[in-house]
Amino acid sequence: MATEELDAAGSAHSAADAAHGGSNGAEAVGMPQLHFDTFPNQIFWLLVSLVVIYWLLSRIALPRISAVLADRQGTISGDLSAAEDYKAKAKDAEAAYEKALADARTKAQAIVAEARADIQKDVDAAIAKADSEIAAKTAQSQSRIAEIQAGAIDAIEAVAKDTAQSVVVALGGTADESAINAAVDKRVKG
Amino acid sequence: MAESSSNADGSSKMIGLILFAVVILMLIIAMLTEGSGEMAFHPMDQFVVSPLFGEGAVHWYTITNATLWMALAIGGIALLLVVGSRGRAIVPSRAQSMAELAFGMVHKMVEDICGREGLKYFPYIMTLFCFITFANFLGLLPKSFATTSHIAVTGLLALFVFFAVTILGFVKHGTHFLGLFWVTAAPLPLRPILAVIEVISYFVRPVSHSIRLAGNIMAGHAVIKVFAGFAAVALISPVSVLAITAIYGLEVLVAFIQAYVFTILTCVYLRDALHPGH
Repeated sequence: MATEELDAAGSAHSAADAAHGGSNGAEAVGMPQLHFDTFPNQIFWLLVSLVVIYWLLSRIALPRISAVLADRQGTISGDLSAAEDYKAKAKDAEAAYEKALADARTKAQAIVAEARADIQKDVDAAIAKADSEIAAKTAQSQSRIAEIQAGAIDAIEAVAKDTAQSVVVALGGTADESAINAAVDKRVKG
Repeated sequence: MAESSSNADGSSKMIGLILFAVVILMLIIAMLTEGSGEMAFHPMDQFVVSPLFGEGAVHWYTITNATLWMALAIGGIALLLVVGSRGRAIVPSRAQSMAELAFGMVHKMVEDICGREGLKYFPYIMTLFCFITFANFLGLLPKSFATTSHIAVTGLLALFVFFAVTILGFVKHGTHFLGLFWVTAAPLPLRPILAVIEVISYFVRPVSHSIRLAGNIMAGHAVIKVFAGFAAVALISPVSVLAITAIYGLEVLVAFIQAYVFTILTCVYLRDALHPGH
């Protein structure tokens, strides 16, 4: 290694180094890592440093950070479960809504059917009324027709009797009213 | 079109060749001038441990530059993990989310590798990770001192892990912990040989564990310093500035990766202690 060279150069350059300063204001002779007289110093201060760092970490930093991390984990999982709850609630609400919708639909259908039945009933009643009216009118008309018919038969009888009497007279007979009446009656009823 | 593109190819190749030649020439010039004593290469000066106040010997209690940069690492850790998380916000600030990121990364690493019972040792592993990461990154600041480039520091960390894991293994499993070295999956005649290899590799762990970190940090800083030495020569300074930039980028990567590797190896060793039966 370059250490022998540096050993030699160490003394030669010491004057120049005083001017140039060195990095720590000191001159390396060989490898400073192997200067055993500085070992106790480094070991002592390292032990002090490690104890201080251990104390800082174990007493303050690590519990605090792990608490923060656990807290965050708790918050996140809490939020997640809350979100799960809300999701379930939303699902319930959706189901309720669907149910209400279906109920309303069946109700509407029932109302429609009821209304239809009512209307049908009214219509039926009206039809029946009209039918009965029509029947009454028909009966009335029929009775009138029968009256007229009967009237007509009476008139025909009278005309037939008169005509028969006239015909009998014209033929030179004597009109026997009762005989004529009987003959006409017999004929008309015949 | 084709001609112009081939022309462009040719010219770029030419430029590359010229650049290469220039760099070689400059390196030769640099070598020569260095020989004459005009240039100073002191890549190891940055690693010298020296007292912060005044001169003199470095005693165990002396406040040195190492002390200062370790204290700054503590300050950085406190700033990020303690001050950054003070809001305790459900929706974190930038600093808090970085702190949470670091926490989460190491926590997950420990849990994945060592299992849930390893989480008891998470604060220790987090301490190691934080110290190494901050020391590595602070060491990348100009004029700073890289505490993790010292084998004394990384060696202590590695030995701490080694002894902690070994003692933990024996306390938890008693002599069953030695089963780590007795590979029951292997055929019986091979087992003693494997046991020797396993024992050697077990005791080499702290060495490789510590030298990997210190070596990486030291090498990177030394290389940057060498290129910085070349930057003093006007002719090659553009090249050397470019090289420093590139290596600095690499070192930023290395600073994190080495901290990560140290931590993950610590977890792996800890798993061996918790579950010795392979």
